[in-house]
Amino acid sequence: MINELSAVEVRDKIAAGEVTAVAAAQASLSAIAHGDGQLHAYNAVFADRALQRANAIDQARAAGKPLGLLAGVPIALKDNLCTTFGATTCSSKMLKNFHSPYDATVVKKLEQAGAVILGKTNLDEFAMGSSTENSAFGPTRNPWKTQCVPGGSSGGSAAATAARMCAASLGSDTGGSIRQPASLCGIVGLKPTYGLVSRYGLVAFASSLDQIGPMTRCVEDAALLLQVIAGHDPLDSTSWPEPVPDYLSDLDKPLEGVRIGLPAEFSGEGIEPEVSSAIAQAVDFYRSQGATVVDVHLPHTKYGIAAYYVIAPAEASSNLSRYDGVHYGHRTGRPENLFDLYAASRAEGFGPEVQRRIMLGTYALSSGYYDAYYLRALRVRQLIKQDFDRAFEKCDFIACPTSPTVAFELGAKSGDPLQMYLCDVFTVTCNIAGIPGMNIPCGFSNSGLPIGLQILGPTFSEQRMLRLARMYEKHHNWHTRKPKISESQAV
Amino acid sequence: MSTTAVEPQYKVLIGMEIHVQLATKSKMFTGAANGFGGEPNSQVDPVILGLPGVLPVINKRAVEMAMMVGLALNCDIAAQTKWDRKSYYYPDLPKNYQISQYDQPLCGPGSMELPLSDGSSKTVRIRRAHLEEDAGKLMHEAGMTESLVDLNRAGTPLLEIVTEPDLNSPEEARLFGEELRRICRYLAVSHGIMQQGHMRFEPNINLHIYHNGKTIKTAITEVKNLNSFRSVERACGYEIQRQLAEFLANPDVTPSAVKSTRGWDDDKGMTLLQREKEEAHDYRYFPDPDLVPLHVAPHWVSDIRAGVVELPIARRKRYQEQFGMSAKEAFSLTEERDVADLFDRAASLGAPVRRLTNLFLGPAAKMANEAASAEAATVLISDLPVTAQQYAKLAELIESGGISATSAVPIFEYLVKNLDADPAEAARELGLVQVRDQNQTEAWVMQAMAANPQAISDFKNNPKKKQASLGFLRGAVMKASQGKADPKLVGEILEAKLNAASQES
Repeated sequence: MINELSAVEVRDKIAAGEVTAVAAAQASLSAIAHGDGQLHAYNAVFADRALQRANAIDQARAAGKPLGLLAGVPIALKDNLCTTFGATTCSSKMLKNFHSPYDATVVKKLEQAGAVILGKTNLDEFAMGSSTENSAFGPTRNPWKTQCVPGGSSGGSAAATAARMCAASLGSDTGGSIRQPASLCGIVGLKPTYGLVSRYGLVAFASSLDQIGPMTRCVEDAALLLQVIAGHDPLDSTSWPEPVPDYLSDLDKPLEGVRIGLPAEFSGEGIEPEVSSAIAQAVDFYRSQGATVVDVHLPHTKYGIAAYYVIAPAEASSNLSRYDGVHYGHRTGRPENLFDLYAASRAEGFGPEVQRRIMLGTYALSSGYYDAYYLRALRVRQLIKQDFDRAFEKCDFIACPTSPTVAFELGAKSGDPLQMYLCDVFTVTCNIAGIPGMNIPCGFSNSGLPIGLQILGPTFSEQRMLRLARMYEKHHNWHTRKPKISESQAV
Repeated sequence: MSTTAVEPQYKVLIGMEIHVQLATKSKMFTGAANGFGGEPNSQVDPVILGLPGVLPVINKRAVEMAMMVGLALNCDIAAQTKWDRKSYYYPDLPKNYQISQYDQPLCGPGSMELPLSDGSSKTVRIRRAHLEEDAGKLMHEAGMTESLVDLNRAGTPLLEIVTEPDLNSPEEARLFGEELRRICRYLAVSHGIMQQGHMRFEPNINLHIYHNGKTIKTAITEVKNLNSFRSVERACGYEIQRQLAEFLANPDVTPSAVKSTRGWDDDKGMTLLQREKEEAHDYRYFPDPDLVPLHVAPHWVSDIRAGVVELPIARRKRYQEQFGMSAKEAFSLTEERDVADLFDRAASLGAPVRRLTNLFLGPAAKMANEAASAEAATVLISDLPVTAQQYAKLAELIESGGISATSAVPIFEYLVKNLDADPAEAARELGLVQVRDQNQTEAWVMQAMAANPQAISDFKNNPKKKQASLGFLRGAVMKASQGKADPKLVGEILEAKLNAASQES
């Protein structure tokens, strides 16, 4: 079935004339029609537009015109990426009816490469959360077990990709929001080095931590999408000005003599035994392929969550101050005065988790508290960076779990913010240090839920990181397993 | 205000905060046009509107313009500067934070030599100058229950300059503003049009009062958003009197150490309390994560330094020393850089500087003044269609005696009306070539004497009126010659004739 093909496969089949882009789009749309009632992975589906774009690809091919790297590939976008088509809601009541007059840089790049955008996927409101339960439009469910969460905040993209409702998708990752849902849904998710992908048009959560990245069913697709979306953008001052390397050509070449670091701080308490043993087996596999496994130390990891929950909310409190009911977005009905307009619009427009983080961040930046919270968190940030710098002197990559647990049931943690925050315990330091991190499927629990291996590397090591991931993937078939929800469909 | 008989000794301390809008093509952090006016909300883009997902990008030219002003004010240029967010909610600020520079301003301490009205000058220390973005404007229309927001001004690059409290009178505060405007116009970083808000002033004022052997410091007040030099001077004057009266009412009460903010009512001529600083906002400054710190390489600073033109104060000195001008003349000629540049070009052609000065400050200034209209509120001498070459030739013509100084006026008018005309040809065309013919001059003298017997009688009989009547008759001769006579020859012949007439009687 076409919707089960990888992005590279569907692209190649379209180029070869074996299937049409329209058929590929229809296959994904039909999978959505069939399964999304249960999953709610999508906030919006643009069927007509997708079919028109697909048709244009087919015509371009028929006319012998050159086709882009993603010609005809059906793609889903996290609903915090600005598009001129459809709303850009961030799964918030605040932006429920917000229509962007411009496209995010990554959206432009995808479409220039011929991608067919199917729709916008659900997320935790403003990307704040680890379960996609914090969506104003209702939660997304895990395609492997619908009582469970898909992870978050890019839960919609993860679920849609795992359930074959798109060939691949984009997510955004501020503290683990690509990798953790990728882990919980059994797909590949890559958070690039900070600055590799332009943030222009990504609705900001925490500017110094946010990155957009691919969520795919195989490593090659991740490389392909990264190839398209990476690169300098004059509209993003924090984007890296160097040329983008070729992620695809050497992808199948195994890394020789690679040193893999195992940090003591990323093991032990709080990790489910099934997760630990799956990670250990993955490390054994690398050893069997000639990798050297070394112990490394990341002693400041224990302060990661605390620092993250100061820095990210501080930036968020400032980034989200623009949603005030004045210029666009939700506005309260009959404000009594200007203050009331602000206060009521924001109280009505933002959900509880967003409000919690705005208050945390505002407090952390307030006069008299700035030094004790924000400045101290920035110092921890430096220490965490140093930890990684030192570790990467001893090893090329670090291997660890992406999530301490497999997917949990809806409601299991939503009443306890601290429990929810601990879902990110292995993912936040990667954002804090600005380094790349990636999840690949590395097993299943007895309950049939996916387990993910996280690979962390030095800045701009994506090319080799993808090869390392591919080494594993070539000898395992976790990524080819399909969740039940995708099985009963036919095209 | 105060009616107390004995005014105590006191010293006025004024420090200024000045916002200068930089005349860049695009805005501070995005490519949207930076221009005045236009339909409301026509000079905006997603960044200016603060839409979700947008990011700021530094305008390099704005940084360079700020550096130019900093260098002109002898400021240290920081090797590294960064950008901070200043948070406050207001509908004219779409992001609800302003991108500014908090603790690492682009320009560090500096100083300005301020010319004073008595011809002397003083040094005013500059504390810092930093870049930030302007806000939009709110419009409250009569009869409307809602306010309208125009974001055309939002995102305009602003240079905020802060001085130390080195200004000691309202006049000095005004002079400082005027000199800063001149500097900004010389550097072409601002048009300096006050009515359009290109420069806005916020003086911080207090007094050191000497009372019973102690120095009492009155509470500092900051007067917000003054946009004319006159209002700067008046507001400072008002505040001094107000603070003095407040002190005199309770001379033994220690003044508050808390700074307050006041607004200026130009119609009533008074300041009004806006807020005490202790109820001021917590701006929650923090480094803007969307912008990277800016590293300023030394060679960049030297490139910009090379572009800093000769400033008004240096030029005034040069005009006095090199050209022997009076302070007043030098001041007038250096008021506008374009005028001074034109003057320098004409002088560099070898024109006699005294004649040139008189031409500029006489006929040229007069015609420029008269050319001002509703469309062009100010017309500079340099806006007139007269070239440096024409000025030089005309000055030369006067110097060589080819025309009289009085003839320069109609010839200059001719040059303005007839593009590219040659001054010598203009003199011929107008019949103003100086006549040095002895007989012709004698005839004009006789004509003038015949028409003015009273003046002759005064010359002969009234020693008190002797000089005056001589001057009067000289004028009458020049008039009879329609300005063509050589004044020197006229003087000689006239005096000879009058003396002869005196001896006759």
